[in-house]
Amino acid sequence: MNFDDTPQEAEFRETARKWIDANAPKELHAELSKSSLGRIRLANHDIVDVGKAWQKKKFEGNWACLHWPREYGGRGATPIEKVIWQQEEGVYGKLTQPFQIGEGMCGPTVMAFGSEEAKRRYLPKLASGEEIWCQLFSEPSAGSDVAGLRTRAEKKGDNWVVNGQKIWTSGAHYSDYGLLIARTDPNVPKHKGLTMFFLDMKSPGVEVRPIKQANGMQEFNEVYFTDVVIPDSQRLGAVGDGWNVSLTTLMNERMSIGARLATGVPEMFEFCSNLMLEDGLAIDDPAVRSKLASWAAKSNGLKYTSYRTISALSKGERPGPENSIGKLVSGMMLQDIATYAMDLQGAAGVLTGNDEETAQGQFQQMLLSSPSMRIAGGTDEILRNIIAERVLGLPGDIRVDKDVPYNKIPTKGR
Amino acid sequence: MNFDFSDDQKQLRDQARKFLAEKCSPKAVRVVLDGKTPYDKELWKGLAEMGFLGVAIPEEFGGAGAGHLELCVIAEEMGRANAPVPFSSTVYLAAEALLIAGSDAQKKKWLPAIAAGEAIGTLALFEGKGNPAPKNVKLTAANGVLSGVKKPVADGAIADFAVVAARTGSSGRDSDISLFLVDLKAGGVDVKNLTNLDPTRGQAEITFKDAKAEPLGAAGEGWSILTQVLDRAAVLCAFEQVGGADRALEMGRDYALDRIAFGRPIGSFQAVKHMLADMYVSATLARSNSYYGAWALSTKAAELPEAAAAARISATQAFQHCAKNNIQVHGGMGFTWEFDCHMYYRRANAMALGLGSLSYWEDQLIERMRKKNAA
Repeated sequence: MNFDDTPQEAEFRETARKWIDANAPKELHAELSKSSLGRIRLANHDIVDVGKAWQKKKFEGNWACLHWPREYGGRGATPIEKVIWQQEEGVYGKLTQPFQIGEGMCGPTVMAFGSEEAKRRYLPKLASGEEIWCQLFSEPSAGSDVAGLRTRAEKKGDNWVVNGQKIWTSGAHYSDYGLLIARTDPNVPKHKGLTMFFLDMKSPGVEVRPIKQANGMQEFNEVYFTDVVIPDSQRLGAVGDGWNVSLTTLMNERMSIGARLATGVPEMFEFCSNLMLEDGLAIDDPAVRSKLASWAAKSNGLKYTSYRTISALSKGERPGPENSIGKLVSGMMLQDIATYAMDLQGAAGVLTGNDEETAQGQFQQMLLSSPSMRIAGGTDEILRNIIAERVLGLPGDIRVDKDVPYNKIPTKGR
Repeated sequence: MNFDFSDDQKQLRDQARKFLAEKCSPKAVRVVLDGKTPYDKELWKGLAEMGFLGVAIPEEFGGAGAGHLELCVIAEEMGRANAPVPFSSTVYLAAEALLIAGSDAQKKKWLPAIAAGEAIGTLALFEGKGNPAPKNVKLTAANGVLSGVKKPVADGAIADFAVVAARTGSSGRDSDISLFLVDLKAGGVDVKNLTNLDPTRGQAEITFKDAKAEPLGAAGEGWSILTQVLDRAAVLCAFEQVGGADRALEMGRDYALDRIAFGRPIGSFQAVKHMLADMYVSATLARSNSYYGAWALSTKAAELPEAAAAARISATQAFQHCAKNNIQVHGGMGFTWEFDCHMYYRRANAMALGLGSLSYWEDQLIERMRKKNAA
């Protein structure tokens, strides 16, 4: 049991460190370090612009999409090398946010199911950040039950014509291409009538509308499709095989374990270390200590769980569904921490401005944003199902709609 | 990075699991539970023969001279099997105290006897309610004899010797406390068995009336030695707790697959699935924290105090959580004496208090994190 790199890993780390030191946008370091909890706000820059510049530099230095094959713009690196890179990239990794869905989900799907021509055309430009991709899966009436989606794609000659609506699409407003799953046959059970495509987001009939979220921000979009034409050459996998294709996409999402999840613990520790309560510092209060210690132990547990996963990766094992615990634990913890920090602030906790007594409102912001952590990318409930079924081997739910043709499934309750 | 046990260590774990499955079935545990014997003597002998009692004791003192990582994998299996033997008192507390502070003669006297299964040791620290703290040590030492009462003392009624924390000063500082070794079979010691939550591990009250004692470590160093002993024991106990949590989770999972209600296995209901998923989450966090503790313990890293506290908290919570919800998954059957669920529930809750309560370790973790941040 040790934390040391192997000689090859150490050499790789050294090379990466030197390159980053020579090339990273150091002028953004301070600002990037400060933006925590997944919200990146740069005062004088657009995250997409500076992100694209960093991605392009990495691509030219052969450091983009490390684990992809070289011919598609990657480096052919091992999973452990990718982790080492992410550790060294540090806060600059936050600049890759606009490309994560492309690199983590869309790219691997094109790689697995696209034609050789498509791979050579699209993947290097995705890797270089020149073209950004988004993922068009969720719909207003198909969230956790994504296989129940309604967006229709109908074959007209060599093309498909798409009508419908997607929702919760991150980055749709600045994306060039989208990975789209649509229903091509409503007469068969829901999982069997789906097909995967990719499309140009600038196609006529595509309309992107930002969603104003519960926290007042706008990070996600609705995407409407009205008679959008997609050539059959942009189909990924067989007609009707879209569900299997989507499983590849989602499995790859799980592979991208490097992104460290925010837990709120360091912020809370600092806050309690400085907050004066009536009887003294908050961190000297036994009740505060008890909660803080429990959260710290959880947060450490997540960190060391990821180390165990990395160790398994370096032995060539694939990470399994057990990685679902990261988001499940950290999402709930963020929400609990935010609530408790505000409780300690008392009456002033209600204020959301840049007030000193509320630590610049960071926990208020966390409180308002944290519900999305427990929903996006698999709700807490879906994650528990995954753990129960795929890790513990418990039976799947009884699915009353499983063998029913899609167009015979009831669409309204009551 | 290799944040995992080696193949040899995993092999040792398999060996321990197989041995315990054979020699420490729930039926065997129940012999102690029902009070027919204070501990499983046959099993204790077997553990000595397997070399498990002395796995972390150096060869020159009759042990296997392996190390703490090896002891961690065995500890996990002891917890999984709910072993009714004085393993933690003897191996994690008494032997570790001797290894840290014992003179050569003391080590030669007791360590080979521990490894051979011929001596049971324990730590006599607590005096009624309260957590580990110098101010809670009232028992006095003067002129080579001890006077006072310790309770509860884990495995006190079957122990041959005890490491005793005694007051040797009244300055109000940690240096008021010194440690002593007492041969419990010599005179001046009165031992009374106490009833407790987990009858598979005895608790006793020991009254010292001018009992002869020899110093363990330098005078006034007692609290500092004790802190190190408790940190080591916290990691080792965490592995027992992780083993117990895993077993309780498995029992719940297996029952949920077998038990049919409303025409389907109860494990197909989300209310039950999600409860089991949450048990898996806490057991996993505890395991990862314990691995970090094992690394810190085996490399004598400066991170040990913080790692030990986090492992202790995480493993205590996980074992309590899994043992409690295992009963819930079992429903009414889980509340019968006949089913084994209550044995893990008892063990989980007794272990949660043994080295100091959860709130004590939470307090320790925060103090240690602050020290690190200040450094």
